[in-house]
Amino acid sequence: MTGTETSTPRKAPSPTGGDELTPWMRTQDAVVKYGFVAVTVILFVYFAASEPAFATSASLFAMLKYASVTAILGLGMTFSMVVGGMDMSIGSQAGLAVQMAAMTMVFYNMTGTTAAAVVVLVGLLVGLINAFLIVYCKIPDLLATLAMMFVIQGVKLIPVDGQSVSAGMVLRDGSVAPGKFTESFLLLDRGTLGPVPLPVVIMLVLAVVSWFFLSRTKWGRLMYAVGANPEAARLSGVRVGFYRGLAYVLTSSFAAVGGLILVSRIGQGDVNAGASSLLEAVAVALVGTSVLGAGKPNAWGTILGALLVSIVLTGLTMKGFQYYYQDTAKGLVLLVALLFSYTMSRKKVRFTPAT
Amino acid sequence: MSSGEQATGPYALELRGIEKSFGANQVLKGVTLELEPGKVTALLGANGAGKSTLIKILAGVYERSAGEILVDGQPVEITSPLSAAHNGVHTVHQRIDESIVPGLTVAENLLFEELVQGGLPPVGSLRKLLPKARATAATLDLEWSDAKLLSDAFELGIADAQLLVLARALVKAPRVLVLDEPTSTLSQAETERLFELIGRMRDQGVAILYVSHHLSEIQFLADRLVVLRDGLIKDRQSAPLDMAKGVRSMLGEQVAVEVERANHLRGDTVAIQLRGVQLLKRSAPIDLDLNYGEVTGVVGLLGAGKSELARGIFGVDRFHAGTMLLDGQPFRPRRAGDGVRRRIFLVPENRSTEAMLPGWNLARTVTLPFLGRVSPMGLINFRAERKRARSVIADFGVVTTGPDQPVDALSGGNQQKVVVGRWMSGDPRIILMDEPFRGVDIGARHDLSEKARDAASGGACVVVFSSDVEEIREVADRILVMVEGVVTLDSRATEVDADAIMTSMSEVGSR
Repeated sequence: MTGTETSTPRKAPSPTGGDELTPWMRTQDAVVKYGFVAVTVILFVYFAASEPAFATSASLFAMLKYASVTAILGLGMTFSMVVGGMDMSIGSQAGLAVQMAAMTMVFYNMTGTTAAAVVVLVGLLVGLINAFLIVYCKIPDLLATLAMMFVIQGVKLIPVDGQSVSAGMVLRDGSVAPGKFTESFLLLDRGTLGPVPLPVVIMLVLAVVSWFFLSRTKWGRLMYAVGANPEAARLSGVRVGFYRGLAYVLTSSFAAVGGLILVSRIGQGDVNAGASSLLEAVAVALVGTSVLGAGKPNAWGTILGALLVSIVLTGLTMKGFQYYYQDTAKGLVLLVALLFSYTMSRKKVRFTPAT
Repeated sequence: MSSGEQATGPYALELRGIEKSFGANQVLKGVTLELEPGKVTALLGANGAGKSTLIKILAGVYERSAGEILVDGQPVEITSPLSAAHNGVHTVHQRIDESIVPGLTVAENLLFEELVQGGLPPVGSLRKLLPKARATAATLDLEWSDAKLLSDAFELGIADAQLLVLARALVKAPRVLVLDEPTSTLSQAETERLFELIGRMRDQGVAILYVSHHLSEIQFLADRLVVLRDGLIKDRQSAPLDMAKGVRSMLGEQVAVEVERANHLRGDTVAIQLRGVQLLKRSAPIDLDLNYGEVTGVVGLLGAGKSELARGIFGVDRFHAGTMLLDGQPFRPRRAGDGVRRRIFLVPENRSTEAMLPGWNLARTVTLPFLGRVSPMGLINFRAERKRARSVIADFGVVTTGPDQPVDALSGGNQQKVVVGRWMSGDPRIILMDEPFRGVDIGARHDLSEKARDAASGGACVVVFSSDVEEIREVADRILVMVEGVVTLDSRATEVDADAIMTSMSEVGSR
């Protein structure tokens, strides 16, 4: 194509894409892009300098280990956020996984492997139900999963009469529960690979898998398309319903894995397990959206968000703050992330918050 | 219709030199318009002529920048919907659902204005509203039962909702009633009922401004016709109306623009056959063949059924009735993917809401429909993706910094080049382009129509849909005119001139 009136020389005038950026806008861009990482580093350095116990390798691995469950649930949440939704039932699904694993081993005296298989299958089933409600029944994501949250929370208490499941407990018929948590199952949380705790390994593997799926494969790309503009995606021939459904199934699978690590950590089927997971998962995934100027939910951002939350909480605990400061801290972290994403970035024309 | 100022007696409503600007963009450039009591005046205007701005000024939604408004010869200020109502000017907006409050009862909706203005006791039983509500409904002889009045307005059908809104306007005994596209959601029977009502109001001396692009309705109803184009009244007629002249004034003097070369590709293989296809809710079924190897231009006014045709062939919407054959085989697409897989592509009418992905760069936007082709085993080959994007950039002369630039940072013309270019890069067999030149500068328009012609000479079936006669004449080998869901003209581009096309566009179906 030569000689059209509109064609001006096509050489790239500026690396930013031809937008006129004032110095102030550049600063703002930088703040949005690196601000969060900077905050993380500064806090880390501060805690490390003021608390000698903070920067030891034991403490660092503990922090990573603490972050792993939140990070895995956050990765799960990332998938539903990529398609423009959110899974409110993620915490109760983790709780369900805790319960299912405990019941399989304690009530039915099965192996840890069986328990893990049961948990994953149940997770897939819940994901399919969510997908069915959202895609086929056309219930808005938030509401469908909110309803599912309550359903799961209640249903899981029925077979255990509202009791936490632990080895040696007395069953409904008066007999004593035959099984217990197997050693191999407990290793899921306590085991290490070299010096690295297993949950951290699992977290990193899932992060790589999620990142690869979302940004390197066709399916991940199409999920982003569905989240960015479902109508445009539909008119491009994308099976919008399929990809939305797929996202919720993936979210549930990650919730199941997160729940497995959680139950291995607690060592019993705690009825309250997973209760706080929803907000943490949402928070770290949202933090991830604003990290490094991504402007969209993404795997590494979510991991970074989980690490930041973990650093803050560990630091605060070491500084002697009571547990009830933790929620405040989490909330503030989320708030700062949202300020970066929405308030600071809004002036940038190219940025569209993807939630 | 040159009015000798006050000589003709007081009009129900008179606009003198109404101007309205939004920033630097002057939408109304001095509209002068008179509405006589007991007459229906139709207002005709193409997209962007300033119609809706004018209506909003009358409704008090916008304030005019300059000019005078007189009601019964007295200058008035219309600065809010409330002051419009006080001056006896009532507007029934196109979107009825925006005028109804679901969750409130029908009775409350009938009395909505009193409710808002505090004319009703703040605390009181619904039953106490009933007599007043009944009185309001009676202005339209609506004999709605108490049960109906007490039901949720949400449960009203669209026609009843329309009547409700009309009744609400009429109970105020308006001097002037503005109706904006009132029939767009009504069935034939409902439309006739509405017309009967309009006739009755006219006989009661109400001045009615009837805004529509349905020429048959205007022909049937209107005593006078005014045509708005480029923010000015370009034509005013009294019955009997010359619709062809009206449409010509609406579209502008495009006759002068001569297409340098006549397009004369002629395809002889049929791509799409439509049999008994009904495009609009109330239109007659049509048969239509679209051929490979030529550009078919479908021209028609807004609401003529162009988009319905394009979307039906592509598979994203269903026709109301009828069958479709693709290459002689029955073709029943259920979703867009069915079309895309057979290399049937659609450039949708509304670029920003139907084709753009906010924040997406050029490469991603280009490959979205064909991601499988650059993703062996599902893994995206980024090099192949960028190569594809670069070839679109080069072929279409897209002014950009490269495949990584977000598409929303490009100009309208370049955005459209990306959208059209990505489909063209997919080697279309059939490409349907719905208003591809809207919001596109003239240079980009030439490039795009050149590309459309290239595709056709390469053997593709290219169909361009537009409401602009000049655009269609520039691009098409075969020209179809659509009016109210029916093809009224089917001719080779070489055998028809702009005048004949416009005459055909104003042909009024049998009502």
